Amino acid sequence: MTKITMTVNGKSASGDVEGRTLLVDFLRNDLHLTGTHVGCDTSQCGACTVHVNGKAVKSCTMFAADADGADVQTIEGQANEDGSLNVIQQAFQDHHGLQCGFCTPGMVMAAAELLKNNPKPTEADIRHHLEGNICRCTGYHNIVKSIMAASGQDVSAIAAE
Amino acid sequence: MPKDSGIGASSKRREDIRFLTGTGQYTDDINVQGQAYVHFLRSSVAHGRINSVDTSTAATMPGVVRIFTGADFEGVGGLPCGWQVTDRHGQPMQEPAHPVLAQGKVRHVGDPIAAIVADSASQARDAAEAIVVDIEELSAVIDMKEAVKDGATKVHDDLTSNLCYDWGFVEENKGAVDEAFANAAHVTTLELVNQRLVANPMEPRVAIGEYNRANDESTLYTTSQNPHVIRLLMGAFVLGIPEHKLRVVAPDVGGGFGTKIFHYAEEAFCTFAARQINRAVKWTSSRSESFMSDAQGRDHVTKIELALDADNNFMAIRTDTLANMGAYLSTFAPSVPTWLHGTLMAGNYKTPLIYVNVKAVFTNTVAVDAYRGAGRPEATFQLERLIDKAARELGVDPIALRRQNFITQFPYATPVAVEYDTGNYVATMDKLEQIGDLAGFEARRKKSEANGKLRGLGINCYIEACGIAPSALVGQLGARAGLYDAATVRVNATGTISVMVGAHSHGQGHETAFPQVVAEMLGIDENMIDIVHGDSSKIPFGMGTYGSRSIAVCGSAMVRATEKIINKAKKIASHLLEASEADIELKDGQFSVVGTDKSCAWGDVTLAAYVPHNYPLEEIEPGLEETAFYDPSNFTYPAGAYACEVEVDTATGKVTIERFSAADDFGNVINPMIVSGQVHGGIGQGIGQALLENTVYDENGQLLSGSYMDYAMPRASDVPFFTVDHSCQTPCTHNPLGVKGCGEAGAIGTPPAVVNAVIDALHSGGHTHVTHIDMPVSPSRVWSAING
Amino acid sequence: MYNFEFVKPSSVADAVSALSAEGAQALGGGQTLIPTMKQRLASPDTLVSLSDIAEMQGVSSAGGSVTIGGATTHADVAAANAFAGLTTLAGNIGDPAVRNRGTIGGSLANNDPAACYPAAALATGATITTNARDIAADDYFQGMFTTALEDGEIITSVTMPVPEASNYQKFEQPASRFALVGVFVAKYADGVRVAVTGASENGVFRWSEAEAALNGNFSADAIADLSIDASGMIEDLHGSKAYRANLVKVLTDRAVSAAS
Repeated sequence: MTKITMTVNGKSASGDVEGRTLLVDFLRNDLHLTGTHVGCDTSQCGACTVHVNGKAVKSCTMFAADADGADVQTIEGQANEDGSLNVIQQAFQDHHGLQCGFCTPGMVMAAAELLKNNPKPTEADIRHHLEGNICRCTGYHNIVKSIMAASGQDVSAIAAE
Repeated sequence: MPKDSGIGASSKRREDIRFLTGTGQYTDDINVQGQAYVHFLRSSVAHGRINSVDTSTAATMPGVVRIFTGADFEGVGGLPCGWQVTDRHGQPMQEPAHPVLAQGKVRHVGDPIAAIVADSASQARDAAEAIVVDIEELSAVIDMKEAVKDGATKVHDDLTSNLCYDWGFVEENKGAVDEAFANAAHVTTLELVNQRLVANPMEPRVAIGEYNRANDESTLYTTSQNPHVIRLLMGAFVLGIPEHKLRVVAPDVGGGFGTKIFHYAEEAFCTFAARQINRAVKWTSSRSESFMSDAQGRDHVTKIELALDADNNFMAIRTDTLANMGAYLSTFAPSVPTWLHGTLMAGNYKTPLIYVNVKAVFTNTVAVDAYRGAGRPEATFQLERLIDKAARELGVDPIALRRQNFITQFPYATPVAVEYDTGNYVATMDKLEQIGDLAGFEARRKKSEANGKLRGLGINCYIEACGIAPSALVGQLGARAGLYDAATVRVNATGTISVMVGAHSHGQGHETAFPQVVAEMLGIDENMIDIVHGDSSKIPFGMGTYGSRSIAVCGSAMVRATEKIINKAKKIASHLLEASEADIELKDGQFSVVGTDKSCAWGDVTLAAYVPHNYPLEEIEPGLEETAFYDPSNFTYPAGAYACEVEVDTATGKVTIERFSAADDFGNVINPMIVSGQVHGGIGQGIGQALLENTVYDENGQLLSGSYMDYAMPRASDVPFFTVDHSCQTPCTHNPLGVKGCGEAGAIGTPPAVVNAVIDALHSGGHTHVTHIDMPVSPSRVWSAING
Repeated sequence: MYNFEFVKPSSVADAVSALSAEGAQALGGGQTLIPTMKQRLASPDTLVSLSDIAEMQGVSSAGGSVTIGGATTHADVAAANAFAGLTTLAGNIGDPAVRNRGTIGGSLANNDPAACYPAAALATGATITTNARDIAADDYFQGMFTTALEDGEIITSVTMPVPEASNYQKFEQPASRFALVGVFVAKYADGVRVAVTGASENGVFRWSEAEAALNGNFSADAIADLSIDASGMIEDLHGSKAYRANLVKVLTDRAVSAAS
């Protein structure tokens, strides 16, 4: 067992882990941050997406020990300080960007990275950026729309309720 | 002017808050004090005889609590099938045993042989590698045509063959259908495959069994669309636990799409093992495991023929289908290629004569059961591809051919035993032509051609039977359960309401939409109303969520219970207002005496019900809680028209969806935002089936597409924005809300539209030898078709 | 997966030393190795993470070449925008989260027959520098999942001569989004190099007939009459040998036309 310490959503967190402990397992099992989900075992679905040192990574494809000393952000740390939804989260609710909710934390974290680097993405930019996040419910229509809306772009011309 | 609350309002979803902040509670997020973990040792061969399973070394491995094999389940029931189909000769289907853990033989890759319970999941898996299994491998039965030949290897030794049933529908029509073909002016024939799919909800299945020895109660937490159905099947047929000692909880569930309807071995195992070891047992499926243990969908091989008269009127349809059941009969498997498929073969058209033959076949593959649409996508795909082919052969416009043959008078009794109560197929087609700007297609085609791409337009119409289902009818057809639903409306003293519903929400937004209905009926704020679902100990009963039934069936039960509440509340109000009950009116949350200014508020009445100081106790009981069960009198029949425009890059065969439009008639709509979202999702899955997804076994029964490395899930870049419309509304005539259901439409209506568009594109480029390409219409298949 | 000891050295020397132990294996970004370990198809006793070695990070240019540290992520290579073909290639591997972890050294060491980076390395005639030596790309790739690396040898950097024009065309396998076929074309003063990934049972290879044709005339017309033999191509769920051979031709044509 190795002792690791990292900053998660602004708070210091530490624990003893095996070499094989994945970052997602440390978050879910040790820190009880169960908002980060596991949807596959081949590093494709993106339900486990978190930020490590400001970059989106698949927490199912990184060892917890490799995140020792890192700054980690998860879905649990995304809301505003008063507990209200942040701009991206609010856009997802406003535009029905989620259904079952299982892929949603990963989608929100992926969107946050995109908008940080590309504040006004085109539809094509968004679809390309979501290559590693699979949703089975929405057909992506309202996810793309939500992210465009979160970037402050007018989405009223995009079809549908 | 759009409404901002109640029926017809696009209320934002309240459940989103927890999902967006990571505070949802999915089954894998639940951990029970002291739980152990199970790992299933699964067969690596598709078909084999188990000579021995030696667990002696594994049992001594670190952390191992106990190892179970098939022998531990000899006195235990098998997994039951909930539907018995009768064949065309009046005989019941062949129904094999389905043990929780394999006994004697393994019948597909992934069939569980042993279950290792240990202190940690890793220890359980480590120990599994120390189990020595001696299996004599047998030749695998994979291809359906081979499986039904005389002398084929049998999947189940105790059955007479691999044929589950040979079903004819309507058998009495067969002669007349054959005669119509003999007299036809034109016959169009098409052979096609509706490929096997894996449902792939993003949340893999999870089960936690818990046992309380003090009161002999078992609890199962499971990823289910219908916890009461699981309680019924597992309690009564598998483990012999009476309902009052068995609680089944389906908390937040990350998508279902059909595959979480069924009762699975892992659920029964965890519940059973927890009782045996007096300790909770948890199982979390990996995605790889779900590919070999979740029931899969579709897998039909069909020949369909259409007879037309000299005026291009449809005279008769004849089909011949092989339907794969897989190795065992999953919960509702036999009903899918029969009653959910044959009854839909009339589609939107007045075809007087129809005969459907389906042979269901056992193979050494994972069980096949309902997946979004279940039988109806298969029916629609055959019919709508066939009509498109007929139009091309006859040189007529495919929309005109459809319009000419539309059913226009309702109610309409089809030759395949169902009666459409209402619909307007002309209206949805008109709407489609408008929202899809079909008039502008030729100009868009020219633009694509200028860019070196072929462009095609594909049209599709669909009808589906939803709101499943009238119990008496399905009972006659072989269902071993009723398909009603139930709701309890519990009004609290302060006027807030909890509605306990049998439907389960796993993405459909019931927690938002159901309160809109009750709020509309009572004239109160929808935020005063909460929905409770997914826990058999909290809700009266429920048959669950599938077949686009939640609002049509459970919603109707909720309406009936709310009507009872209103009736009782009016009695209380009449007492408080000292007026005749007949004169009491409820509007905007106020009870008033008609023609006077006397009134009292909703909260006054609810308080009186629970603090009955001034109350007609001699006439009515205190309290305000009502339950209703609702059994529909017919199916509902959503219908619509879809248009897809594709571009084909002939050099690579790649197809891109350029435009997609859907005009649906769902009857009345509760929450338009949610309804549109359901259609979007269905279209996404339909495009997945049409272009990307395929479940492929090799000749030895090894699954070649067993992970997302080879099973192509649709991504954001595979689809465009969709144009959807549900303003054509012919309300259902037989349920109180006039609703029809919207969950499956997209998955039913989309695949033929996409494939029709690809064929249209290829023909526009002169590749007229290509009359059909089986799904998925992948780049390599398109390229091969062009160059073949 | 099986358990192992995790170590994270901060210098190449320490990493080499750690890798000399029995059962030790290097860990780059882990985007292929970790899923493989989940399937229990790899069982190292020790994993030596290379992610904390500063001397293996970054992209630098000098003397008409670009040098990329072995532990540099795909995202960082894309952001460095060294030359067109490389930027496109690195920016389209996997997905954004994979690009934030996966490294050029890891990709080249694994030499997956459908990976993108081997095409760039071979088409640019790159030099693969390890802790022990320099290896020319033409000598480095030795068939699928096989390279010239010795046990315990680490790719510390990769140096690519910057081409006059280059382009990478990737046709994605629809499920994994790896290259069903990928073609990298690089034009230099002394000739054109064309490398193909995803197509061959022997892994990445140079299409010498196309190179010869393009040397005299760098245009799609020059290869219009060429075709590539389909025998030896990969055949799987997603495409036949003939289909892959067709893609090699089509993508080479497009890469030449689009090269910049």
